[in-house]
Amino acid sequence: MSLLEVNNLKIRFHGRDETVEAVKGIDFTLNEGETLAVVGESGSGKSVTALSLTRLLPPAPTCQSSGEIRLDGRDINSLSARELRKLRGKEIAYIFQEPSSSLNPVFTVGYQIAEAIKLHIPGEKDVTGRVIDALKAVGIRDAEKRYKAYPHEMSGGMQQRVMIAMALACEPRILVADEPTTALDVTIQKQIMDLLAEIRQQRKMSIVLITHNFGIVSGFADRVVVMFRGEIVEQGQTEDVLRNPQHPYTKALIACIPRLGSKQERLTTIDYESLVSS
Amino acid sequence: MNASLLEVRDLKVHYPVRSGFLRRVNDHVRAVDGVSFSCRKGKTTGLVGESGSGKTTIGRAIIRLAPITSGSIHFDDQEITGLSKGGFFPLRKRMQMVFQDPFNSLNPRMSVFQIIAEPLEIHFPQMSKADRRKRAAELIDRVGLSATQLDRYPHEFSGGQRQRIGIARALAVEPEFIICDEPVSALDVSIQAQIVNLLQDLQQELGLTYLFIAHDLAVVEHISDDVLVMTGGKIVEQASAEAIYADPQSDYTKKLLEAVPKF
Repeated sequence: MSLLEVNNLKIRFHGRDETVEAVKGIDFTLNEGETLAVVGESGSGKSVTALSLTRLLPPAPTCQSSGEIRLDGRDINSLSARELRKLRGKEIAYIFQEPSSSLNPVFTVGYQIAEAIKLHIPGEKDVTGRVIDALKAVGIRDAEKRYKAYPHEMSGGMQQRVMIAMALACEPRILVADEPTTALDVTIQKQIMDLLAEIRQQRKMSIVLITHNFGIVSGFADRVVVMFRGEIVEQGQTEDVLRNPQHPYTKALIACIPRLGSKQERLTTIDYESLVSS
Repeated sequence: MNASLLEVRDLKVHYPVRSGFLRRVNDHVRAVDGVSFSCRKGKTTGLVGESGSGKTTIGRAIIRLAPITSGSIHFDDQEITGLSKGGFFPLRKRMQMVFQDPFNSLNPRMSVFQIIAEPLEIHFPQMSKADRRKRAAELIDRVGLSATQLDRYPHEFSGGQRQRIGIARALAVEPEFIICDEPVSALDVSIQAQIVNLLQDLQQELGLTYLFIAHDLAVVEHISDDVLVMTGGKIVEQASAEAIYADPQSDYTKKLLEAVPKF
């Protein structure tokens, strides 16, 4: 059995005068220790899919979702609010795109990491020690000093490391990384991806990586799911999808990335009209 | 060898750091520390570096959004650092800027027409409203949107569309030189390709000169003729786009090249 199983997931948002079908019945699975990349553009439904895994979407009537999400066979939709709180952060933890808006500016980073530990591991005696270990694990030097730093005293890359430390402090089984490097420079992007790969190796954790960039998927994810307008248009092993994409949308998404050393006259763009009509 | 439109010599931008009771200046942040380069007419000069390397400050210093500590900037053979505010005004029409974040660089309370027409009102005060409207319609069409969208507001557009509006605003006064400060780093890769292509089309058609600031070497290599690599306020390497990829000289350039995902 897979660790996480999503069956026929549908998500709808009801606005004042229109209803948007953000996710139109998708199925996928995540195995123990596996990294799954969900690739798609803005508006493809990839982020709402990620949020729905722990029911973080707004409540009805704004948002309606149906379908089945099973973690270890347990249906997430049947859990009480209390059980959900235990699940979030402890079983499934998140890292979001923009570290500067995910961290609370008025508390020290150490305090914010400690908060998660106190909530999920009530008997823990040495919370501070654990926070410092978590900071060290993500490669923050002088962790004892940085414990007392406020988010604004850190660079974007460091803030993202803090977010990762926070997500990993309670040793979740699944880490959902929603565009973890989009707000960062390419050099920092590489550092963060290398760090995630290293931690995954150490802890045998499963990762769901949400991204719009096929570039960072290669060499990182075992499998890829490609989303377009609320549907999964293709899924498979990363290398197969990258080398031999089947769906025209996947082909277009791979082709539009500029590559070093292969200077083209023009970058390839996606012809949405032909995709929708096909 | 093309003639250069912009010549920057030994440019320094230092910000004072004040501390203590009397707020005395006791240190300086050397954001840009002695930088020289030129931009060839009708070509694209790429400026790459990490956050904090000083690349954005250079762009801002050229159009006077950042104070210059020392050095000279020649635009079309005219020294512009010593100009008064009034003396600089006619140059603003010739140099424009496209900003990184299409969500913050457009006023949410102004319609697309007002956004594009504002520079026209400032630089062509004799233009009638009907003419401005006509010009705005031409511009919006040129950047791939439709004239029927002129009365909409920024929040009704996606990131890529907003960046197109920012480009239309920059083009309004018919500039020769455009500073593009990370124009595609906030966009999806697929949309990034569209915007890069648009910028290249406009360059061919209008003979524009670009200073293209970015942190992603793959995009810079694609769009640029010449590339400047910056770190810690200094330029560590300058060469043609082909040479920088084929034969990087500095360790920092090598590190940047390595960071670009390959597949």
